[in-house]
Amino acid sequence: MWKFFSLDEIKKSLLMALWFIFLTFPIMVIRVNPIYNVVEWRWQNMALVGAGAFFLSFLWRYFLEYKNPAPSKPADDAAVSRSGRFSELLRSSGTRRLAIGAAVILALAFPYLFSSYQVNIMTTALIYVVLGLGLNIVVGLAGLLDLGYVAFYAVGAYSYALLNLHFGLSFWICLPIGAALAALFGILLGFPVLRLRGDYLAIVTLGFGEIIRLVLENWNDFSKGPSGIAGIPRPGIPGIEMSLNASSVFLYFLMIALALFTIMVVSRLRNSRIGRAWIALREDEIACQAMGVDKTKTKLTAFALGATWAGMGGVMFAAKTTFINPASFTFLESAIILSIVVLGGMGSIIGVIASAFILILLPEYLRAFSEYRMLIFGAVLVIMMVFRPQGLISNVRQTYRFKGLQENKEGD
Amino acid sequence: MDYFLELFLGGLTRGSIYALIALGYTMVYGIIELINFAHGEIYMIGAFTALIAASVLNIMGFGPVTILILAMVLAIVYSCAYGVTMEKIAYKPLRHSTRLAPLISAIGMSIFFQNYVLLAQTSDFLPFPSLLPELEILEPYAYIIRSSEVFIILTTFGVMVLLTLLIKFTRIGKAMRATAQDRTMAMLVGVDVNRVISMTFIIGSSMAAIGGVLIASHIGQINFYIGFIAGIKAFTAAVLGGIGSIPGAVLGSLVLGWTESFATGYISSDYEDVFAFGFLVLILIFRPAGLLGKATTQKV
Amino acid sequence: MARFKNAQSLKKGFVLTVAAVAFVALVVLPATSFAAKDAKAGPLKIGVGGAHSGDLASYGLPTVKAVELVVKAKNDAGGINGRMIELLTQDDACKPEMAVNAASKLVTDGAEAIIGHICSGATNAALGIYKDAKLVVISPSATNTDLTHSGNNPNFFRTIGSDYAQAKSIVDFSLKNLNAKNIAVIHDKGDYGKGLAELAKSLLEATPGVAVALFEGVTPGAVDYSAVVQKIKQSKADAVIFGGYHPEASKIVTQMRRRGMKIPFISDDGVKDDTFIKVAGKYAEGVYATGPKDTSKNPLTIKAIADHKRVYGEDPGAFFINAYAAAQALVNAIEKAGSTDFDKIVNALHNEPVETPLGNIKFDERGDAIGVGFSIYQVQNGVYVEME
Repeated sequence: MWKFFSLDEIKKSLLMALWFIFLTFPIMVIRVNPIYNVVEWRWQNMALVGAGAFFLSFLWRYFLEYKNPAPSKPADDAAVSRSGRFSELLRSSGTRRLAIGAAVILALAFPYLFSSYQVNIMTTALIYVVLGLGLNIVVGLAGLLDLGYVAFYAVGAYSYALLNLHFGLSFWICLPIGAALAALFGILLGFPVLRLRGDYLAIVTLGFGEIIRLVLENWNDFSKGPSGIAGIPRPGIPGIEMSLNASSVFLYFLMIALALFTIMVVSRLRNSRIGRAWIALREDEIACQAMGVDKTKTKLTAFALGATWAGMGGVMFAAKTTFINPASFTFLESAIILSIVVLGGMGSIIGVIASAFILILLPEYLRAFSEYRMLIFGAVLVIMMVFRPQGLISNVRQTYRFKGLQENKEGD
Repeated sequence: MDYFLELFLGGLTRGSIYALIALGYTMVYGIIELINFAHGEIYMIGAFTALIAASVLNIMGFGPVTILILAMVLAIVYSCAYGVTMEKIAYKPLRHSTRLAPLISAIGMSIFFQNYVLLAQTSDFLPFPSLLPELEILEPYAYIIRSSEVFIILTTFGVMVLLTLLIKFTRIGKAMRATAQDRTMAMLVGVDVNRVISMTFIIGSSMAAIGGVLIASHIGQINFYIGFIAGIKAFTAAVLGGIGSIPGAVLGSLVLGWTESFATGYISSDYEDVFAFGFLVLILIFRPAGLLGKATTQKV
Repeated sequence: MARFKNAQSLKKGFVLTVAAVAFVALVVLPATSFAAKDAKAGPLKIGVGGAHSGDLASYGLPTVKAVELVVKAKNDAGGINGRMIELLTQDDACKPEMAVNAASKLVTDGAEAIIGHICSGATNAALGIYKDAKLVVISPSATNTDLTHSGNNPNFFRTIGSDYAQAKSIVDFSLKNLNAKNIAVIHDKGDYGKGLAELAKSLLEATPGVAVALFEGVTPGAVDYSAVVQKIKQSKADAVIFGGYHPEASKIVTQMRRRGMKIPFISDDGVKDDTFIKVAGKYAEGVYATGPKDTSKNPLTIKAIADHKRVYGEDPGAFFINAYAAAQALVNAIEKAGSTDFDKIVNALHNEPVETPLGNIKFDERGDAIGVGFSIYQVQNGVYVEME
């Protein structure tokens, strides 16, 4: 890419460097301490910003060019086929089976190959896979922007914690109860927002998430308030004593099972009658109603089914950390789950799984840079959206071809 | 009655503070239909710039009036610079993608800016000097209203009127309305859409900066997180009033401020935010496009 | 078509996995457990967990520095019973879910005792892991009463007073020294502030002739608190007890004083901070706050702070002295125990006193350091002064 080092380009980058030096000057270079009236000048930061902006602006323009080839080039579908190639590979059943086989073997062998810390964070990542897939139903398939998904996660977690605390109910009983309660809350949220669209829906769901958290925080008699609930038992099998290590491995396998179950259900749902109704609703509400789809029922099932997975994820979360408090269920958590869905490619199951692993494991492996973790997280979100707004794996719509019609019938 | 009046004034101040930020939200949304989640962060950066400028100028021995003016100007300049840069980096490349992509990008920007200020400056609360002069006329009423509150309330209404005039009667205002209505069509008839969008961000960011300086010197302390908290409330207020509508943003903010103030006063502050969000849901059930928003009928 | 096959193979995979899970759970797992911890040579690893990133990092990082100083001094003197000490630090950002991961990382990496964590919630979440791994945990800053009072955590110790002790000293001071009879209790809805306010409220209610005029939470970070201040005024309270941190406290005090309310304002350790005085300015005058007993004249404290300045070039931050004492207590206990055997260390912590900047301390049967408590301070002419 020699053309990126022409005089003109260097000038552009220099200007960019100057602009960023100006932009970051007060915040990066000066640091004041108004308590002692001291001003600290950090000139070395200025050089750092300048050099960084100079080189990054080359990269930025290069990748932007790569993403949108200039119109002067012979118009080919390079960009399209590039993004399609990987998805194409995924769809061929041979490689797919191979990949799934490898993944299953790796997943089963994982706890015996790696330390219990690795198993622990992998369990966390799997919880987010389930959450991502659940939110994917609401946002990716039904197109309802939900910024308060974490509320259902909280409902699940607190169902287990409270039912266990007051009635001594075990994990196995609480898992379905948590899921059912979350679904109930999904419907509860669904009713008032049926008429709302787009951004109005976003703020109301955000408010709903906050309301749930605030109630948990303030209603001490019910939820023990901000100090949280400790000593939640890990799941076990009746009659078998498990050490901590064993129970975390057990939880890991449980989570694998739940994730597989989720994947199976969600992938079947997508191609079911209700799944197609969701997609239709997302594409055009009015046309969809004209075709005889019951809007109320369709939207409510989307909320309820989406919430169900969050409820189960919540029960798992409570069982894993053994301690929960409302601080774990903030808006940032909703934003992270939403990012998983969007980064993965809305509606794409494999994409959501991949991005859940990336977004949750990356910060864990970046522990050494723990201070910069959230900074990098924010930057990754922006960069991903700029260079790959369709997500890691763009969702390929089900297409029906004439010659496949016969086989398709068999499938149904 | 006194109690009621005091709660009313408290709600008015609170609402005006929300309004200063909500106006920026609603401007950007009105023109390009983007929820600029990082708008609160621009407000925070404005406040930080003012604090840094004021401290440095103070050590250099300038007088309070010079400090106020210079700090305000610098805050506005830097907020605009950040706003425009953010638009160019995080939103412009996304103009033709799905609706959700810019929202995620905005959330990313918001997280990035918070941590940028946290790392480059500090995580502690910093005292913010009270830059605003104390009005002597208000001295006898000090127990119910303060000068800084008067400044905030007056600025909010002044900004609202100016913005409405700007959009109704100026050339750039016309261009903005055209862009809001149909971007492609506006481009076809010769509106420089890029410039209009940049202007929108400049105006929105300046308001955030003015808000940042006024509010920070009213409250007296800032940290990297103030933008996020105020931003969520301002966003709620903008939606409540009908997002995209300028008088709506102010009305929504005031309604929100009063709801919180009276809920605290007559019920309990424990559930202050629950009341605020609950009220929002209630309003939206009956008026799905907000208080002053136009209910658009979808064409088939 | 492809999709159908896919679902089939998934289903197969699912069945396989379920079978595998059952097999593993029943046969393999009960056999595995943590490797026995004895017969270890090489360096003695001490884990330090706490908030090292995010907005609460300023509460967690001073602890790391304190432990580093103590460990360096010990290593220079030849280590513990000939073994050098090595530090492992892990960040939990004050979040329970991250604390669990941090704890399991420390356990996996072979830590043999823990200093931390910083926040009560995170500590509570991490304790389960440490308890199962049989590791002693000493926190410099987790004040939640239940951590020691519940009796569930035999491995937990702390070098800071509990919330209960703090609430008691606040309430005693308000009733005896200030003669308050009708007190408004305000909190910030947070873990620390609300817990403290609840304890203060129940202590007040248990005292005959004293009423709680108002019990309310304020939203942290809200732009103004005038409504709550009005409400305090309306309730005719003769004193305000506030549980929470200084940003909210300074806003409330400022608004109260501006409205001409002169009633005493008593708060907690979260407010005993120089930033509070600077932010609230002249309105901070006369505010009471509890804080750890003043140990700044203890020669060990002076030495610890001087060491910190020499090594890091600045004044130490929050909980530095507590963490310093915690590290000393731990090192001393391991030395006296002669091994890293859990029961022996616990026994040494209970019975072997050690000279620290906080005084000569050992731990009671719950795990609270004996003799570590609170004093009341008042802002006088812009500085906190310890009251008698």
